[in-house]
Amino acid sequence: MKMKKLSDIASSRRTWAWPYVLFLGLFVVLPLVLIAYFAFTDNHGSFTIQNLVKFFTQSEAISTFLYSVFIAVLNTIICLLLGYPAAYIMAMKEFRTPQTLAILFIMPMWINFLLRTVATVELFNMVGIPLGEGALLFGLCYDYLPFMIYPIYNTLQKMDYSLIEAAQDLGANRAKCFRKVVLPLSMPGIYSGIVMVFMPTVSTFAIAELLTHNNIKLFGSLIQDYITTSDLLNYGAMLSLILLVIIGITSFFGGDEEGEKGGLI
Amino acid sequence: MQNSKVSQEEILAQGPQAQGEYIIEVKNVSKQFEDGKFALNNVSLSIKKGEFVTILGPSGCGKTTLLRCIAGFQVASSGDILLKGEDVTQTPPYKRPVNTVFQKYALFPHLNVFENVAFGLKMKKLEKSLIAKKVRTALKMANLTGYEEREVNTLSGGQQQRVAIARAIVNQPEVLLLDEPLSALDLKMRHDMQIELKQLHKEMGITFIYVTHDQEEALTLSDRVVVMSEGEIQQIGTPTDIYNEPINCFVADFIGESNILSGTMICDKRVRFCGHDFDCIDEGFGENQPVDVVVRPEDIYLLDNPEKGQLRGTVQTCIFKGVHYEMRVLTPDGFEFLIQDYHEFLPGREVGMLVKPEDIQIMKKERLFNTYEGEILKNNKVSFLDADWDILPEVAAQFEVGDKVQVEVEFADVDLQDYEEEGTLTGEVHFILYKGDHYHLTIRTDEGNDIEVNTNDVWDDGDRVGVVISAKDIRVKKA
Repeated sequence: MKMKKLSDIASSRRTWAWPYVLFLGLFVVLPLVLIAYFAFTDNHGSFTIQNLVKFFTQSEAISTFLYSVFIAVLNTIICLLLGYPAAYIMAMKEFRTPQTLAILFIMPMWINFLLRTVATVELFNMVGIPLGEGALLFGLCYDYLPFMIYPIYNTLQKMDYSLIEAAQDLGANRAKCFRKVVLPLSMPGIYSGIVMVFMPTVSTFAIAELLTHNNIKLFGSLIQDYITTSDLLNYGAMLSLILLVIIGITSFFGGDEEGEKGGLI
Repeated sequence: MQNSKVSQEEILAQGPQAQGEYIIEVKNVSKQFEDGKFALNNVSLSIKKGEFVTILGPSGCGKTTLLRCIAGFQVASSGDILLKGEDVTQTPPYKRPVNTVFQKYALFPHLNVFENVAFGLKMKKLEKSLIAKKVRTALKMANLTGYEEREVNTLSGGQQQRVAIARAIVNQPEVLLLDEPLSALDLKMRHDMQIELKQLHKEMGITFIYVTHDQEEALTLSDRVVVMSEGEIQQIGTPTDIYNEPINCFVADFIGESNILSGTMICDKRVRFCGHDFDCIDEGFGENQPVDVVVRPEDIYLLDNPEKGQLRGTVQTCIFKGVHYEMRVLTPDGFEFLIQDYHEFLPGREVGMLVKPEDIQIMKKERLFNTYEGEILKNNKVSFLDADWDILPEVAAQFEVGDKVQVEVEFADVDLQDYEEEGTLTGEVHFILYKGDHYHLTIRTDEGNDIEVNTNDVWDDGDRVGVVISAKDIRVKKA
């Protein structure tokens, strides 16, 4: 009798969900609550909105934030411009791209980005290219390009080739066929790519630190600075919260078109 | 309005003959793929304006490749394709005045019904109001009025098919190409759509080229049927021609049900098969010539009195098929006939069978035995079909090593083995024909050669076999 009960418990879906609920609670919900708590308290733990006011009045944080967004947008655009053609060439069978090429494009994803960034710094030093904004952009692009290519490649590859033939059949030349059929149908992949490149770039700090010798500060670096400085921890938490809210809002924009034929997310 | 309608009817009444022009001419077109295999082998076909032509054949016969060459999605390796007398062999698809209805519809999922149908017109940069008008007309013709704003993936298969048809006809193409458009629909829907397509063809008066593997569909819809097999056209003719006078065993077997038997043409209008002489209406085969005989199951009359017919037999099985009964009748000599009759003849019953002269279709035998080029080798061996075979020493003695010879093997002398390794060479069962009392198989060897075999054993299409020919059965002649 008891045995049966045990097996019932073991086989119910609810039981199996518990470890995940616990994990999510501990490592996602709790940290978020803590961030919010610290963001709206002062050093002594009493409630305040001073941190929020400080963000909007202190020009340094805002300008760093805007600069981060600028860098992230720029990086996303570069990744899109470089990544889309690459994904297209890999996915379209008319180009007969060998499988190895596809793997080479995706392979950087296999290696930790810090490792790659450190290697890039060494490479730049060796060749004698000065570190700075250009190096930063290069590093970001190098690190995040696969995240743009992969979702786009994925949607393009799954696309029914007869749709392209249908467009040609109806009088669309190559350019029109691309604009009217291929591009609209690859939008889910583009959205995924943008989200996957933009979001981590806005909050990046390690790449900026390494590739600019800590000369250029991104929003992520700023947060890191504040949080490691103990008396500014609450302000750092507020900046994190603001970043989180803004990223949340941006991901809502692409949200409605995804899901259906989504690229990666 | 009235005027233009009359003139259109007049054109239709005159028929394609009166206009005397071919809208599509396919001249000696071959398509060879990278692996060297021919999808199309020297195909020639002329299609008149306004015709409904169906290209019919089993999967892999090249029918879709031919259609895609006409549409421009594939470029012929050699030969020419002419559209209204103009060479379009190298013309890209978007410049050809043809439109295609694709097998899986290929509707644009990001556009609604109206936008899908309007796609081609927008490419032509027509005025917006004109586009709307034309799209409405096309949707009406396809019975889709009211569906303009619907997303295409909310439609049923039949509705999607209608959108695909509307999207093609709205451009008023010279030729409408249809690539197995009904294959994804269920039977009932398919029949309804067949009638609608036929109606559409009549209304529009444009040329339809329709690809299908469904012989019933081909016979129902077409003015002319093109039967294809292995990249070659087997026969072109009206549905009745194709059905009543198949040109070879492949066509007879592929179109409808048939009894195919080996026989001998005794003289003009007299043929012998199953041990009986029959009157027939065919002439010009010569005397005592081996032929293949085709009798359709509905053309054999069953008689209650076994003595009365030309042949007698015992009913083996009887299946009710709705309109008729389908019986298998075995003659004392071991020939099995498939017979359809409105009356039921129960298994075990003795019956007579009668065939009218005009219902016997005679076909010249393409081959009487296997013939190959070979070369004499050392140690009483001969090489042909990319393998070395033993021959009798006394036969080998008549030749020098290295002599080029012609090798002949009777169909019945080829042995097939279940275990490939037991064969001198290996291959695959490629085509099966039931000849009443035996099976006639075509074995395609791994090197791509064909061996024809008569056997009583039952094999399936695609079975792997080992081929054995004993030394005494290999005839060797000077080349």
